[in-house]
Amino acid sequence: MSLPNARVPIERLVVVPRRQYGLWIGTALALLVLFLVVKALATNPAFGWSIAGGYLFHPSILRGLGQTLILTVTIMIASIVIGGIIAIMRLSPSRILNAFASAYIWFFRGAPALIQLIFWFNLSLVVREISITLPLLGTIFSVKTNDFMTPFVSAVIALSLHEAGYMAEIIRAGIKSVPSGQTEAAGSLGMSHRTILRRITMPQAMRFIVPPTGNETINLLKMTSLVTFIAVDDLLYAAQAIYARTFETIPLLIVVAFWYLSVVTVLSVAQHFIEKYYGRSDLHQTQAENGFFRRAFLWRREVAGT
Amino acid sequence: MTTKSENQTLFGVPADSMVFARQVRKSFGSTEVLKGIDLNVPTGSVACIIGPSGSGKSTFLRCINHLEEVNGGVLLVDGEFIGYDYRNGKLYAVKDSLLCKRRADIGMVFQSFNLFSHMTALENLIEAPMVVKGVSRKEACEAALALLERVGLAEKANAYPRQLSGGQQQRVAIARALAMKPKVLLFDEPTSALDPELVGEVLVVMRNLAQSGMTMVVVTHEIGFAREVGDQLIFMDQGVVAEQGDPREMIANPQSPRTRDFLSRVL
Ligand SMILES: Nc1ncnc2c1ncn2[C@@H]1O[C@H](COP(=O)(O)OP(=O)(O)OP(=O)(O)O)[C@@H](O)[C@H]1O
Ligand SMILES: [Mg+2]
Repeated sequence: MSLPNARVPIERLVVVPRRQYGLWIGTALALLVLFLVVKALATNPAFGWSIAGGYLFHPSILRGLGQTLILTVTIMIASIVIGGIIAIMRLSPSRILNAFASAYIWFFRGAPALIQLIFWFNLSLVVREISITLPLLGTIFSVKTNDFMTPFVSAVIALSLHEAGYMAEIIRAGIKSVPSGQTEAAGSLGMSHRTILRRITMPQAMRFIVPPTGNETINLLKMTSLVTFIAVDDLLYAAQAIYARTFETIPLLIVVAFWYLSVVTVLSVAQHFIEKYYGRSDLHQTQAENGFFRRAFLWRREVAGT
Repeated sequence: MTTKSENQTLFGVPADSMVFARQVRKSFGSTEVLKGIDLNVPTGSVACIIGPSGSGKSTFLRCINHLEEVNGGVLLVDGEFIGYDYRNGKLYAVKDSLLCKRRADIGMVFQSFNLFSHMTALENLIEAPMVVKGVSRKEACEAALALLERVGLAEKANAYPRQLSGGQQQRVAIARALAMKPKVLLFDEPTSALDPELVGEVLVVMRNLAQSGMTMVVVTHEIGFAREVGDQLIFMDQGVVAEQGDPREMIANPQSPRTRDFLSRVL
């Protein structure tokens, strides 16, 4: 059967996308708001952009930034270690260990960070001396609480214990998300509990652990500004010390915000690459990602047939 | 600790036995799932277990390599207890490392494959030989490639499980079990999760294994496989062995009415 000839050149038909008036109005409004904000920021002298610029690399600001980073890294490492132990206790068949871990999470995650911070800083009000006494050997270690609990040490202890409560739950959820068949298969091959955890369960759990841990790290970075309350010389403390003298409050807060945002940007990029590493066995990942980017940039339809 | 030959005299194990069960009982809470299972699988033979859903087939298989602990009776593999040592009339639970060592001799193939999803086919095969037996990476890779060749998947060595079909995954899983050079292989419905056209390729691999003299205990619904490859057929029902014998005779002429009923439904 032969078809009648078409009267329209089918290979060169043009597709006209639907007009999206709502989208245009929304875009226009967003641009307007952006313009007004930038204008207000740039023209209002109270923000003192040039003053802020001058303080950006001020030695005591950089020292404060260093202190903030050291605190974040130390606390994050400690809370991952403590959280990991608590998570494993929580998953153990022993009722007692399980209850202990639950109680830990309930308390240290539940009590506000600032209160825990002030408590540890003032530990000497409760305990005058920290000592380890063994039967037969007697006291082998003793130190005045006040000498030991410097602001920095109390900050690390308080925030690590607090953060570990969150990390424990993240790690536990990650481990539980690995199907039990994986453990069984590993067991049937003669792997011990510890080998299974290290080689089989954890690498697979990481895919579920990394994203929320990234969030926690960013959260913690900002939470460390609480240590200003107990006079640890972090980034915010350094800025406060300067504006207390010069009254250039807003410019210095801008400096502080700038540095926090810079570090958060670096952390987000790092997180992206770690996630990609642990997702490498996921066949669909790259395809889905390409699809997403393609769709995001292909918002203007191509002309058919070209 | 008793030796293999002492165990054989003590528990009445035949000399050529690979898997031996006597009065094996297992309960989950108050429900008794295995109610005294007797079984002997001679070295180099293939035992096929059939039976209705919930009759305890998987549970029995998992007891053999001590993934489940039995509540009564004795279970010996190659004349040895897996999770215990027999001393002075008592069974002492062994320490974790010894249990692992003995388990490494018993391969298991699961219905849902359970390949390690974060590792390629090759990595799945070399993992246990390397971390459990301490084989060098180079040696493990050579052996693994030979095994993948044997199951017809040499060109898939670097594929992740997600990139393989069900039949291919199950063949890799069989190769992974073989990589530990086990004395016996346990199969729990290895083809039940597969599309009908993929069942054949897995059965071919299993048939070749049986011909090479591997001792196998196979829980299956493939009656054809049991008839052709099996040396004995065990019909389990409600936690007991309802009938056992030569597969061809049993399928052609089942003695117990329950066997007859079950076979009429699956054939
Ligand atoms: N871990 C467990 N806890 C409680 N009950 C269990 C457990 N594992 C199995 N059971 C019960 O034991 C019985 C036997 O289960 P099993 O898996 O051995 O049956 P099966 O013969 O393999 O069945 P199928 O053919 O469906 O695989 C079932 O009633 C099941 O509900
Ligand atoms: Mg089963």
